[in-house]
Amino acid sequence: MSVELLGGRILAPYFGSSIYVWGSIITIFMMALSVGYLIGGRLSLHQPSLFRYGLFFIIAAIALTPVIVFANAWMDAVFVRIEDPRYGSLVASTVLFFIPTAILGMIAPYSVRLVVESTTTSGQVAGALYFVSTLGSALGTLMTSFYLVLWFDMNTIISVMIAALLIAGVAAMAADRFFPIEDIGNQTVTNPMEANA
Amino acid sequence: MNRALLIAWLAVVSVISTEALQADVIHREKSLYRNIEITETNERRCLIFAVRQTNHNQSCIDLADPKKIVFPYVRMTLAGLLVQPEIERALIVGLGGGTVPLTLSELYPDAVIDSVEIDPAVVRVAEEHFGFKPNEKLTVAVQDARVFVRRQLARGHRYDYILLDAFTGEYIPEHLMTKEFLTEIKRLLTKDGVVVANTFSSSRLYHHESATYADVFGELYTMRLPTSGNRIILGARSGNLPTKDILEQRANTLGSALTPFGVALAAFPKYITDRVDWDSGAAVLTDQYAPANLLNRP
Repeated sequence: MSVELLGGRILAPYFGSSIYVWGSIITIFMMALSVGYLIGGRLSLHQPSLFRYGLFFIIAAIALTPVIVFANAWMDAVFVRIEDPRYGSLVASTVLFFIPTAILGMIAPYSVRLVVESTTTSGQVAGALYFVSTLGSALGTLMTSFYLVLWFDMNTIISVMIAALLIAGVAAMAADRFFPIEDIGNQTVTNPMEANA
Repeated sequence: MNRALLIAWLAVVSVISTEALQADVIHREKSLYRNIEITETNERRCLIFAVRQTNHNQSCIDLADPKKIVFPYVRMTLAGLLVQPEIERALIVGLGGGTVPLTLSELYPDAVIDSVEIDPAVVRVAEEHFGFKPNEKLTVAVQDARVFVRRQLARGHRYDYILLDAFTGEYIPEHLMTKEFLTEIKRLLTKDGVVVANTFSSSRLYHHESATYADVFGELYTMRLPTSGNRIILGARSGNLPTKDILEQRANTLGSALTPFGVALAAFPKYITDRVDWDSGAAVLTDQYAPANLLNRP
């Protein structure tokens, strides 16, 4: 959500801040998340492990870095080719945000798979995960829009998010290596929040 | 204590309601961006971007004398003529009632006056109620100004006079107040071109906004009138503003042309100063750091 909010800021210099820019961003984030959920669910079928789970975080972090490094160059390219700012902003948000958001979306169903122990408790576990990840999104939205943009540069905020994803990813991988099985519950409950915040 | 408060409140309410009674609302609409109201009294028709109770008169015309510019801050935006009196092409960012583009097109009948306005409803209202009639020399683009400026740069258009007035006082489009945007504006100016900005004069934003303009344009002139809370900034593409003597000279030459519009141009130079009365160490606003609305809290 935090990235989504900053997405509006990132696109504004090229495509303005009209309602259609927000429309583009929200559309692309929703589409990317839905694809991510599907792929994440599919991947959870084959030998799910904390190690692979951690890998999602690391790949998401890597996929987010172009937002810092290449955003202006990519948006320049889109701006030159597409006159209509509606489609320009749609294409730009696809190029910048689709992949990282889809990967972040993969985390949610994968978390369910890692935490659920029986079909009886699956609903409760899924509920708890939704709770944590949506609450994390809410706090991320609030912090970003009320305070972070006042305190920091946009790229600083995104860099910190990338760092948080990397730390979470490495933590999950380390947990897999050093404490197999027992710690799975705790790890997966805290990680989705960082992913969304 | 409570009673005193109640009386005070009633007094305020009655003042507000009598004021509301005096002006007839002749048009009201909710656009994509704001609530728009047009009110009319015997003398004046006003465009109001209605937000909360503090209705903000965006633009008014004097019905008996439509040429006359009603608000001091709008008159001040013509101070740019002292810096660049020759206009072949001008750009107005934020149409409002269309007062400034209309005035400039009357003053410079051969010039092309482009306006850019994000809200199609504002354009419609300006045409229907404020006598704004676009033609090939008086154009209006319904677009986000940042997008328009980039497109004009790419098309190779340049302007002698750019007025930035896209701020309603309630909400600031933050991407129109950054160093990058102002740099684009500077590039869009001709060699002797001038930028005129209607700016905020209260809140912390004052320092940040001023510092941002100074960062891009170097030396600035600022102007305030005793009758207005607004302040305007004048900046030149060249970085060299004319001396006060030249301003005086031009004010005297141009003065009479502006009299029909109710603009006392000859008196302007004494309100124009190059004094830096802001914190020049304030953080410059950039596309990376643009919390203009958060900084504009009282």
